Amino acid sequence: MSIIVGYLPSPEGTAALEAAITQARKDAKLLVVINSSRGDALVDKRYAENEEIAGIEERLKKEGIEHLVQQPVRGNDAASEVLQAAEQHRADLIVIGLRRRTPVGKLIMGSTAQQILLEAGCPVLAVKAAHQS
Amino acid sequence: MDVFSSLMDGFATALTPMNFLYAVIGVVLGTAVGVLPGLGPAMTVALLLPVTYVLEPTSAFIMFAGIYYGGMYGGSTTSILLNTPGESSSVVTAIEGNKMAKAGRAAQALATAAIGSFVAGTIGTALLAVCAPIVVKFAVSLGSPSYFAIMVLALLAVTAVLGSSRLRGFASLGLGLAIGLVGMDSVTGQARLTFGQPLLSDGLDIVVVAVAIFAVGEALWVAAHLRRTPLHIIPVGQPWMGKEDWKRSWKPWLRGTVLGFPFGALPAGGAEIPTFLSYVTEKRLTKHPEEFGKGAIEGVAGPEAANNAAAAGTLTPMLALGLPTNATAAVMLAAFTSYGIQPGPQLFESEGPLVWALIASLFIGNFLLLVINLPLAPLWAKLLQLPRPYLYAGILFFATLGAYSVNLQAFDLVILLVLGALGFMMRRFGLPVLPLILGVILGPRVEGQLRKTLQLSAGDPAGLWSEPIAVGIYVIVAIILAWPLLLKAWRRSRPQAEPAFAGMPATSEADPDRTDAGGANPHPFDDRDLDTTRNTAAGRQERP
Repeated sequence: MSIIVGYLPSPEGTAALEAAITQARKDAKLLVVINSSRGDALVDKRYAENEEIAGIEERLKKEGIEHLVQQPVRGNDAASEVLQAAEQHRADLIVIGLRRRTPVGKLIMGSTAQQILLEAGCPVLAVKAAHQS
Repeated sequence: MDVFSSLMDGFATALTPMNFLYAVIGVVLGTAVGVLPGLGPAMTVALLLPVTYVLEPTSAFIMFAGIYYGGMYGGSTTSILLNTPGESSSVVTAIEGNKMAKAGRAAQALATAAIGSFVAGTIGTALLAVCAPIVVKFAVSLGSPSYFAIMVLALLAVTAVLGSSRLRGFASLGLGLAIGLVGMDSVTGQARLTFGQPLLSDGLDIVVVAVAIFAVGEALWVAAHLRRTPLHIIPVGQPWMGKEDWKRSWKPWLRGTVLGFPFGALPAGGAEIPTFLSYVTEKRLTKHPEEFGKGAIEGVAGPEAANNAAAAGTLTPMLALGLPTNATAAVMLAAFTSYGIQPGPQLFESEGPLVWALIASLFIGNFLLLVINLPLAPLWAKLLQLPRPYLYAGILFFATLGAYSVNLQAFDLVILLVLGALGFMMRRFGLPVLPLILGVILGPRVEGQLRKTLQLSAGDPAGLWSEPIAVGIYVIVAIILAWPLLLKAWRRSRPQAEPAFAGMPATSEADPDRTDAGGANPHPFDDRDLDTTRNTAAGRQERP
């Protein structure tokens, strides 16, 4: 049993990761961090840099959480990567970050969060970015 | 004064609102394709060839010239921020440029590249305006035998001197000449390589060939390598330079210009060799040798100036002799032909206003590029986040549309696909594209000069070397062809001379090709070449 978190180098992604760490600490479960890219553009901001991934791994190690950090580049979109990982690790919780999308933006680009919410076979915890004070 | 007044007339034509608009479209498009690795000005001009059917020649060429110069500017942005050269001519820029960016000096690197390009482009264009008429004056006195010899030299030089493998170069040239042969013989009216297919008797349309090789071939190649780990771009603000940067940049700019222009103008020039030479020169002359390899501004300023000066140089033989020396110039020459304009020494005479407007538009384009590149560099870098499937789907769409619009016959689409597959295979097996496209475009004209020469001499082959200039050029051709053998013999006679090469057979193999064109000490330059091409996505690309 495990917790899957979809991670992006953004405030939403960080918030999701924080929430997932809290959950994992409480339940002492395997935490799987997924940061994927379709890999079809030369530059993808959503794909975390090596140093960043190393930082996350180090932190998880320090907290004593059993973890797995994956960066799949297989031409799939983020939603299907997260769902696939959830199935593979028999997840009992998926954690994702939400951000505000305009209706038009959602119509054109679709919504990764929506796809995960609709298709996930387990509870999904959706968090928003921490409010700037 | 004659050149000056013609140039002023050219400015008057190029600055009309419509032509100015095309110049803007050209430089914006050119910068965009320059920034994107894999897309080059040659492909863009090829895709736009069909518009020549509706556009006035002057407007079309002003746009093409903008694309050509823009490509040279755009390539440096990707080199510096991503360490992936957008164009083959900015491979060297990546060496120091990316190091500078990593050290937090991306803004200065971009600024010295853009301003250096502007300086070199302006000086180069001025040299073009001065030199081209002189070359024309000399060229009109040439007869068919000399002209034939010059074209043979250009074809051989591009094939044998550039690129890593002569065999692959000649294979590619052979393919190009064969494609150029298809159709009716111009003198006897016999059908050649038509396989009884009446649709082939008019020959293959150059638009279809160029679009297939550049656009379809490249799109298939990219589709075959679509997925890769995304890279990270180095964030950058407004490009700017401090006083110290100016002080260290202006000399490399001028030296780069001096190296770039003549190499661009030579038949085997291209923009790569002068950029390497400029890098080596700057490395040797610098007062800050400790910074080289860690991000020296001279290593960006020199090569960037060199590649823009080479771009201007390339246009000299293209306009004055009708002799293209790189892929973009070759495709532009095809555009001349599609307007029914005869390229060659008579071009300045018969199409004077067009040529001078073109040269004037180069000055304008250069200025526009400085204006749109300096403040907008971070914006251009955003283009790299474009998902490539959309990009290449669009390219394939325009390629198909363009190929079909030439003759409105479905048969051209079959040819497009067949030649596109050929373009893909050539990339797969490392065959350079440039000799092929030069073979297709120059082949029929070489044949025309050969037939004319032989008709004048009543079929006597001695007519081929009846002019002293022709004889001189054949001597150069012979030297180029025999160079590897000569070098090998020389090495054998002095086996102790270069012990460093004993353990590096691969390097010494590629060496002779380079030495001939380089002229300077080839060794650091060659190592550098191998170094950079290894991590180059676009290195195998067409020469812009």
